[in-house]
Amino acid sequence: MNVAMTPTPRKMVVVYSRADKIFRRIVTAGALTSLLLLGLIAAFLIFRSSDTFRQFGINFITGSEWFSAGEDPLGGATTALADADDASVFSIGPMIVGSLVVALIAMFFAVPLSIGGALYIEFYAPRGIYRVLVSILDLAAAVPSLIFGLWGIQVFTPIGVRWATLLNDRLGFIPIFAVEFENFARSPFVAGCVLAALVVPITTSVAREVYSRTPRDLIDTCFALGGTKWGAIRSVVIPYGKSGVIAGAMLGLGRALGETVAIYLMLNLVFDYSNQILDSAGGNVASMIALKFGEATDKEISALIAAGLVLFVITLIVNMIASSIVQRSTPRA
Amino acid sequence: MSQRIENMTKQNVDTSTTTPQQFDSATEFKGLETRGAHAWFGTHHALADVSLRFPERTVTGLIGPSGCGKSTFIRLLNRMHEFIPSAAMAGEILLNGSDIYAPSEDPALIRLKVGMVFQKPNPFPAMTIRENVLAGIKLAHLKRDNHDDIVEQCLSRAGLWKEVKDRLGASGGSLSGGQQQRLCIARSLAVEPQVLLMDEPCSALDPGSTLRIEETIKELAEKITVVIVTHNMQQASRVSDFCAFFLTDGGPGYLVEADATRKIFTNPTDSRTADYVQGKFG
Amino acid sequence: MNSVPATDHYLGIEPLRPWAVTRSTRLKNLSRSLVFALVAFLVTITTPLAKIDGWAIAFLLINVAWVVGQSSRLGAKERRDAVLRVVFTSLAVLAFVPWMSIFLTVLLKGYRAIYPGYFFSDMRTSTPEDEFNIGGAGHAIVGSLIMVAIATVVTLPLGILSGIYLTEVRGRMTFLVRFIVQSMAGVPSVVAGLFIFTTIVQPMGKYSGMAGGLALAVLMLPTVSRTAEEVLKLVPDDLRSAGYALGARQWRTAIMVVLPTVKSGLITAGILGVARVIGETAPLLLTSLNTNGFVWNPIGGTVASLPTYIFSMFMYGTEYSTSRAWTGSLVLLVLVFGFFVLARRLGTTAAQNAKTNSRKARKLKKKS
Repeated sequence: MNVAMTPTPRKMVVVYSRADKIFRRIVTAGALTSLLLLGLIAAFLIFRSSDTFRQFGINFITGSEWFSAGEDPLGGATTALADADDASVFSIGPMIVGSLVVALIAMFFAVPLSIGGALYIEFYAPRGIYRVLVSILDLAAAVPSLIFGLWGIQVFTPIGVRWATLLNDRLGFIPIFAVEFENFARSPFVAGCVLAALVVPITTSVAREVYSRTPRDLIDTCFALGGTKWGAIRSVVIPYGKSGVIAGAMLGLGRALGETVAIYLMLNLVFDYSNQILDSAGGNVASMIALKFGEATDKEISALIAAGLVLFVITLIVNMIASSIVQRSTPRA
Repeated sequence: MSQRIENMTKQNVDTSTTTPQQFDSATEFKGLETRGAHAWFGTHHALADVSLRFPERTVTGLIGPSGCGKSTFIRLLNRMHEFIPSAAMAGEILLNGSDIYAPSEDPALIRLKVGMVFQKPNPFPAMTIRENVLAGIKLAHLKRDNHDDIVEQCLSRAGLWKEVKDRLGASGGSLSGGQQQRLCIARSLAVEPQVLLMDEPCSALDPGSTLRIEETIKELAEKITVVIVTHNMQQASRVSDFCAFFLTDGGPGYLVEADATRKIFTNPTDSRTADYVQGKFG
Repeated sequence: MNSVPATDHYLGIEPLRPWAVTRSTRLKNLSRSLVFALVAFLVTITTPLAKIDGWAIAFLLINVAWVVGQSSRLGAKERRDAVLRVVFTSLAVLAFVPWMSIFLTVLLKGYRAIYPGYFFSDMRTSTPEDEFNIGGAGHAIVGSLIMVAIATVVTLPLGILSGIYLTEVRGRMTFLVRFIVQSMAGVPSVVAGLFIFTTIVQPMGKYSGMAGGLALAVLMLPTVSRTAEEVLKLVPDDLRSAGYALGARQWRTAIMVVLPTVKSGLITAGILGVARVIGETAPLLLTSLNTNGFVWNPIGGTVASLPTYIFSMFMYGTEYSTSRAWTGSLVLLVLVFGFFVLARRLGTTAAQNAKTNSRKARKLKKKS
């Protein structure tokens, strides 16, 4: 008997008709345009900010002074007054730190609230109001951040100031809770609280979505073994949802770092490193850009763009961490 | 009109295998019985008037075509039926003489006494093999000092000890399908149930694993009562001492006949039972 | 054996739910909660815990104490379960309260300045100080709609084409396109505004509605593209196979078979993108600013938009202008919610269509 010979595999090539080729080209062109758009953004940002980086180097990120010597008093056309501009110094150190501080305060409140809220909706809420709660969650995520800022100033600030006063009275010996002047209104703490309210819908939606995908029979098994609801949540739901919830938290963090208007309204920008979160002084890159942009000279605009680039890179890293966490956990059936 | 299966209780159960009682709960076990059990999902009447007694230390197989309410029935027995929001029931389910649906009863305690193994093997993916076996003890807050003994005993009874004793720290999901199901059985045994309910435990497994699990079931019945839902008639004839045949006419599922397995398969009383076991439908 | 009697026989049997909470227990729980609320109120008066947040903390602590006391006779696991139930409920309430507060505030503070002419007048002949029936936000609404329309015209085709590329064509750039689109989703709104400022506003020499629209487009594109891709992925491959099996080429299959089934889904993608960007303030502060009158020419100059209108009214600082800001917020919120509800309505249709289509495709396959 002959040994059966395995034939060599033939390569299967797809030949597209002319019409198909045109179709594919159009579609590819469309997709590439989206690609180019980002490339353009990155290119322009790098190009327009290169002057600033060349002039100040790493000091742009670490220094803490922002002085524009060539301010056009009319605030209209941005023609640089070349000689005067040489005295300008641009650095955003306190702004970066401030952005991080406010974002972290927000996440400190947002993470437990969103995990608790998600677990409540999925496992403890009466089934009748489940849809209502999810709808409220979606709508809350759609509220423009400007409205959060308005609400923050007019409604939340008294409450936030009350909490800050309490923190300062009882825990004032801890450096971050100490203040020089008892003016808590536009502090990173209060701004962080409002930012938390803004971020919570996003993180809660993600967490809820993840928890709702927990395999039902794993949860049933916990009950079949004589466990309580909390036992099931602790043993199965939380471990199962861990990576998804972390990804959601990173998403929220990215949002918190990039938020402009709400912080603009709620935070007093000061170009000074400070570790007192109750004090009415803080930093934030995004709202600094919005603040300084109005009367900026050419050089200052380059510096603002440099700041925007730094912010973009930071949020990009955070978002990439989030999607890599999601990628890594997806293979798990 | 309830269908009491008198001949089941009158029949002499062949318990010639005298194994020393290592589990106290087995000697306290006075029986599991349903009287006129009904089940609804909302307004849909899924199960009607099932009266059945499960003799001690036997294997009872629940057979019948799909959709007859067998799975719903066993979920009545360990109070898992009520997890479905629109669920309702009627009738009495008596464990050791007292109704498990009485207001004073704690469902969690009932579920400790009446355990369940599901159709698809579902070990906890985030836990090791050892942690999986002990999961029930942790969840139920049972005070046990001898964790290692428990792990060894339960895995042995489930027929898995030899294969995994060197890798108790491996993840629960790293085992084959049949091994995973045996791990689930070991996990259910750790809380010392008096009754073990099994909902088509082998339907997701290959024939080799199926046979091994059937051997395990027969060994388990030496100490506890087993109720197994199965679509596979050959399995029912191999494994069970008694069989209960369920049927539906498009309405709620009901009990047609329940008797010793030998009788069901050789000389059943009802013609529909005869048709089913001969494979004429289902 | 007797045959089973007809189902009528069981009419006398009542379905029961012995595990459910009885009405009397529910009433007891409710009255107990009211008592706790009262006690918490007394606590706020007599201790440093004050006002509504103090009351909330007091109420929470009383509930926890009660639950711990009640379950002391039960085991440790029941106690922990009961306490954690209270904890999770409180966290959820704490999470929801700010949003409910916002909805209420916007409604209560915003309705005062609404009158029929509000949507048709602008601020050209009035100052923020005037009475509420003079001047309105019509110009802001129109401006917002124009800029959003510009953004949609740019992003919808690009987003859909990207979606088609990623699901149908799947060329060599797939990974890059997907990666880029995902990264773009994280662009801070201010940076998008800055980008358009340097590339459009400065060369043109003036702020404009078109610049604002393009800034919004930058923010809208990732959302539309991602939703379009997800919607296209929902189309079952059976459907495409059916198309190819009938002899259609790829482009015909894509256009005549796949796209119609996801039409509503793609419209949803567009609407969701719009809902997201219509409330963006920061990019508009850098590209289109604000103005007082109706502007119909997108490249004529500064254009008012709802967010910048609200912003400028608020920054003006007086009581009347702040009220106008809240009214603008009310209009904006109603618009955003309206878009959302619309998208949701269309979204369910898309999902239903996908299900029906997969069923149809399977039936086709079975017949052949």
